Amino acid sequence: MSPEQAPVVESPQAAAGGAATTPPTPPSSPPALSPRELARWAWRQLTSMRTALVLLFLLALGAIPGSIVPQRDVDSLAAARWVDQHPTLAPIYDKLGLFSVFDSVWFSAIYILLMISLVGCIVPRLRIYWRGMRARPPKAPRNLSRLPESRTFEVDAAPAEALERARAVLARKRYRVDVHPDSEGDTGGGAVAGERGFLREAGNLLFHVSLLVVLVGFAFGNLYGYKGGVIVVSGQSFSNSLSQYDDFLPGALFGADDLEPFSFTVDDFHVDFLQSGEQAGMPTDFAADLTYRETPDAPARTYELAVNHPLQVDGGSVFLVGHGYAPKVTVRDGEGNVAYKGPVVFLPEDSTFKSFGVIKVPDAMPEQLGFEGLFLPTYGFSMERGPFSQFPDALDPVLSILPYHGDLGLDSGKPQSVYELKKDDLDVFTKDNGNDYRLDIAVGQTKQLPGGAGSITFDGVDRWVKLQVSESPGKKIALAGVVLALLGLLGSLFIRPRRTWVRVTRREGRTVVELAGLDRSSGGDLRDEINELEKRLQDSEAAKRETT
Amino acid sequence: MTSADLAAFSNNAIAFASVVYVLAFLAHLVEWVVGRTVPVTVPEQRAVAVGAGGPRPDAPDADLADTGPDQAEQAERIDRFGRIGVALTLVAGLLHLAAVVTRGLAADPVRVPWGNMYEFTVTATFGVTLMYLLLLRRYHLRWLGPVVTGFNVAILMLAVLVLYVPVGPLVPALHSYWLAIHVTAAIVATGAFTVGGMASLLFLVRSRAENRGTLRTTGYIARLPQASVLDRVAYRMHAFGFPIWTFAALIAGPIWAEYAWGRYWGWDPKEIWAFITWVVYAAYLHARATAGWKGKAAAIIALIGLATLLFNFVGINYFFGSTSQHSYSG
Repeated sequence: MSPEQAPVVESPQAAAGGAATTPPTPPSSPPALSPRELARWAWRQLTSMRTALVLLFLLALGAIPGSIVPQRDVDSLAAARWVDQHPTLAPIYDKLGLFSVFDSVWFSAIYILLMISLVGCIVPRLRIYWRGMRARPPKAPRNLSRLPESRTFEVDAAPAEALERARAVLARKRYRVDVHPDSEGDTGGGAVAGERGFLREAGNLLFHVSLLVVLVGFAFGNLYGYKGGVIVVSGQSFSNSLSQYDDFLPGALFGADDLEPFSFTVDDFHVDFLQSGEQAGMPTDFAADLTYRETPDAPARTYELAVNHPLQVDGGSVFLVGHGYAPKVTVRDGEGNVAYKGPVVFLPEDSTFKSFGVIKVPDAMPEQLGFEGLFLPTYGFSMERGPFSQFPDALDPVLSILPYHGDLGLDSGKPQSVYELKKDDLDVFTKDNGNDYRLDIAVGQTKQLPGGAGSITFDGVDRWVKLQVSESPGKKIALAGVVLALLGLLGSLFIRPRRTWVRVTRREGRTVVELAGLDRSSGGDLRDEINELEKRLQDSEAAKRETT
Repeated sequence: MTSADLAAFSNNAIAFASVVYVLAFLAHLVEWVVGRTVPVTVPEQRAVAVGAGGPRPDAPDADLADTGPDQAEQAERIDRFGRIGVALTLVAGLLHLAAVVTRGLAADPVRVPWGNMYEFTVTATFGVTLMYLLLLRRYHLRWLGPVVTGFNVAILMLAVLVLYVPVGPLVPALHSYWLAIHVTAAIVATGAFTVGGMASLLFLVRSRAENRGTLRTTGYIARLPQASVLDRVAYRMHAFGFPIWTFAALIAGPIWAEYAWGRYWGWDPKEIWAFITWVVYAAYLHARATAGWKGKAAAIIALIGLATLLFNFVGINYFFGSTSQHSYSG
């Protein structure tokens, strides 16, 4: 798993056994083997670069369904809706784990195999690297001119001097240098072997090990973290306990007792919309004023919660993820008593904040009452569209709802959504001509229900905020991992491992210098480096001539 | 100038830049058309190979070149059109830059010019031009001229026709300095991957001709650098882009997401595809170092990577717009 390391590390076993003796890729079909050999063969297959490549592709392919099919962990509502709409496909998809791809057995299998392959690849390489770190640069090959880049030139200095200069030049270029004086003869000639760029492989290994660290951090967060969502109407409070959440996704090892007891009140929520121009209606800013306590005994503090400005407390962070309207209504029943009074959360359906919601009045006598319909923050009407919202701000709010009477079905014991009216035992109020009895109510108005069944008053408009409370404990581990991975990556891509040799000989009374190099990364461009070395070896001659 | 003036100027500058890109594209076309009848000459071949640090050019091509006086004149003409193309690209790039800057200045309050898809497209195509112009001399990239200018014309046209939205303030979700960090990195990486992808594509064309022995002495393909040089240029662009993409998608993105949405990685469609792009380019880097995969297979993987990148940018907003938290298109 090393980019650009082809000639050196084709596969771990090639590196371990020496590229000359082992074939560059593992055998593709198993010969008759004993179980031990079979295991070894399988291990080799798994840790080969080819397998790693295939696994990388599978990982990429496997992630695609996660972006197409709604994911339960990401958007449980969308997933549930999809299941409802596709009764035949849904069970098959469910079996395949397509609603939670990233927890599915097959996706986990891919990345676990990839990680095993990675470990199997880097462990032998770590060993090789450890040995290589302490190794001396290999001696100069006999024929330097056969190397990809080589130069031969003459200098005036005596061989011993030239040799020393070569050593100095290479050492200054941060090569690890060995000098091998010629054993025969006393010409003072010899060879210098230099090697540099050891950090490339270190960077490469760091990159791969860091990926494991990221995975550990990610897994830690998934096991011990939690994520919950809650809608809080302006003026109301929230305390961090399981029953308060609308939806809650705990990590596998997270218990409800682990929730820290912080609490807050949403004092106010304000939003600005672009009033004019071509993009009128776009929100430019929204924020909620909170008063919070980190623990029940802690002093109350205030905080302005906004997008990109979360509240961080011990045991979690609070994020503002959405907002909407909660019309305040008062419902009187047929007997004249107030059967319901308060804000009701309506959910926005589009950017004009046309919102849908239901009002359930189980306490109404003699019959239970229910309302279903739209909240329009700035009322508009056209023959084509019927009632609609002209602008997202609450400039001329109107409730446009249908009243129902009968049994809300709340006593059946089955849980039901607060955003849905179960109409099995409900009848809509109708006019004398048989049409639905639609009520369009402006703020402050009271509308009577037919037959003295009661009345509904639209008292005003509150706003609500959708908050996410969450904690992901391993995030610092993951961050450290990915930053280290980036550092390693930079090293493995941009550090060039090189070997350079200089041989100095005495020929016919002249000092001949041979210079050659080998770039051990396949993308290397050695020419500039060798040119520069040549210049320096000759330049120092020039400098010397000038001084003497 | 008022905001409206600046916005109008930005739109005009984009139109002008597109026209000049077309002219540059035409100049490069003429360069290659004239070159069709002229065999590749020795100096050019050498200049390319040496400049890119590749192996010395193999002799056969060079021997075929007939360097008579007519040929020299022709070569001069070819070179002139090539230089005109580069000069026009430079002019177009400056207009393009002016459009990007005024687009940011036109917003009230002043902001980075990548708050929606139109702006991201315009800025990212500028990144492609910039990357090409910066590396033009160093890697002798003039052969990339027709591809870069043609690509930019096509993409800018799409941006204006399909993606255009009037200047406006940022949506609240983008009120963060991470917008500058995260998106700048994404733009630079996109530019590098795009130029790298072009080089990989040309590598496939050229190496096919080389391997089949159908490489002629004239024409565009003959004038491309050797396959090994193309491969190296492609690799360098990808090697440059990959760490930046790692930073954009796997460091800056998650930090901002943690800050804004309370989770650093939530398998949002955009995140999934950024991850897929990352994995594919990681595969490219590995493939380039694996026997049996280097060369053709690696280049194809690089192009798949580019496809996932472009799909992530365009496809996600169109196909999954409502489900992605990244859907900021206007």
